[in-house]
Amino acid sequence: MTNKTQAAPELEQIEFKPIDRSSFLMKGILAAGATYGAFAAGPMLRKAFAQDGGSEGDIEILNFALTLEYLETAFYEQAAKDAKLSSENAALVKTFGEQEAEHVAGLTQAIEDLGGKPVEAPAVDFGDAFTDEGTFLATAITFEDLGVSAYNGAGPMISSKDLLATAGAIVQIEARHAASVRNAAGEPAAPDAFDPTLTVDEVTKAVTPFLAQ
Amino acid sequence: MTVPTKPGRNAIARAAQDPYSRRKFLVLTGGTGAAGAFLAACGDDDDDSTASSDTSTDMASTGDALADAGFGEGDVGILNYALTLEYLEAGFYAAVADSGLFKGEELALVKTIGGHEQEHVDALLATLKDLGEEPAPEPEAEFPLDDAETVLKTAAEVENLGAAAYLGQAAKIENPDILAAALAIHTVEARHAALLNTLIGEDPTPDGAFAVPADPETVLDAVQPFLVQ
Repeated sequence: MTNKTQAAPELEQIEFKPIDRSSFLMKGILAAGATYGAFAAGPMLRKAFAQDGGSEGDIEILNFALTLEYLETAFYEQAAKDAKLSSENAALVKTFGEQEAEHVAGLTQAIEDLGGKPVEAPAVDFGDAFTDEGTFLATAITFEDLGVSAYNGAGPMISSKDLLATAGAIVQIEARHAASVRNAAGEPAAPDAFDPTLTVDEVTKAVTPFLAQ
Repeated sequence: MTVPTKPGRNAIARAAQDPYSRRKFLVLTGGTGAAGAFLAACGDDDDDSTASSDTSTDMASTGDALADAGFGEGDVGILNYALTLEYLEAGFYAAVADSGLFKGEELALVKTIGGHEQEHVDALLATLKDLGEEPAPEPEAEFPLDDAETVLKTAAEVENLGAAAYLGQAAKIENPDILAAALAIHTVEARHAALLNTLIGEDPTPDGAFAVPADPETVLDAVQPFLVQ
C-alpha cells in the first residue's frame, strides 16, 4: 500500500473555537492535515480512540464524526451562498450539503439512541475558501478526503457492529463526494489504489497536545 | 444501470434450480464440495437443508452465506469473496484496455482504475498467503465489449456493485487490520463508482446520503452473466 503525504495548507485558515473534546480533536486534525495532508486524520483518530471502547467509546467516535459533519454541512451551506460556481458545481454543492446534513441528523440520532449527548455545532470561519471556484474546490477536496480518512481510521475502533455498518454507509458517500469534487477540479478521482491509512509517527506527535484534552 | 438496492434472497436458490446458472455458480466458487452441498440444500429438498444452522428459506440473513458458498469461513471467506470480485474487475479492465475502444486520456483512466483493481487482487492474495489460506481461483470471465458506451455502463455497474459488496461485509470482519484494509479498498471502489457514474451522466450518489450494502447472493447473482463455463 502506498502512503502519500501531501500538505493541505488550505486547512490552516479554517478557524473555530473548540468547545468540547470532539471539536478540540477536530482542531488538532485540521492542524495535522495542514502539515501532513488530509489522510493524516485516520491514524490520529485510531490513536485518539484506542483507549476507549464499548458504548462510551462509540459515543466519543460518533461525536467526533458529528463535529466533522457539522463542519462539512456549514462548508457547503456557505459555499452555496458565497462562492461563485458553475451550474454543475452549484448542483454538487446543493446535493452534497443536503447529504452532510442527513449525516448530522443520523449521527445525532445514533448518539441519543446510545444514551449519549450529541455535541453542538462549532461556530466556524472558512477564511478565503470561497473567493473563487478553484479555492473552493481545493478546500472541498481536502475536506472530503479528510472525512474518508477519519471514518476509515476510526472504523476499526467502533465496538458496535451496527454503528460500524452505519459509518461504512456514510464513508462510502464521503468517498463519492471526494471523487466528484476531485473530478470537478480536474484531479484524479482516486489518487491511489488504497485510501491511505498513514502510520506517520510525526502526525501523532504533532497532535498529542490535542489528544490530551 | 442496475444498482442492487435490496437483498435478492432467492438469487442462489434460483441459480440452483437453473442448471445453466448453477454451472456458472460452481465455476465461480471453484466447484468445491461445499458449494455443491450448499446448492443442493437450496434445491427442492427443503427438509434436508443442513448447509446452515439458519433456515434455508432466508439465505440473505444467514451469517454463513460465504462459507456455505465455498469461499471459506469468517474473515477468510470475506477475503476470498473480495478476491473473486477484484479478479473480475481487474480482468474486465484488462480486456477493455486491450479492446481498442478507448484511446488517449480515456485509455489512461481505464488503465489507472484497472491498475487499482490489480493492486487489490495482489493485496488480498498476500493477506490470504499470510494467513496460510488457499486463495480462491481466478474465475474465467467474458465481458460485453461492443462499444465504449456499453463498456462504461458495465464499469459503473461493476464499481457500484463492488462498493456495495464491501459495505455489506465491513461489519462482519473480525480482524481489525483486515477491516482497516477493507475500508481503504471500499472507499476507492466508491471513488471509481462516483467517477464512472458521472462519466455516464448518472448521479454520483445514487443511494442518497447513506450507501446501501449488497449481500453476497445479490452480488454473485449480478456477476453471473460475466462468468464463462
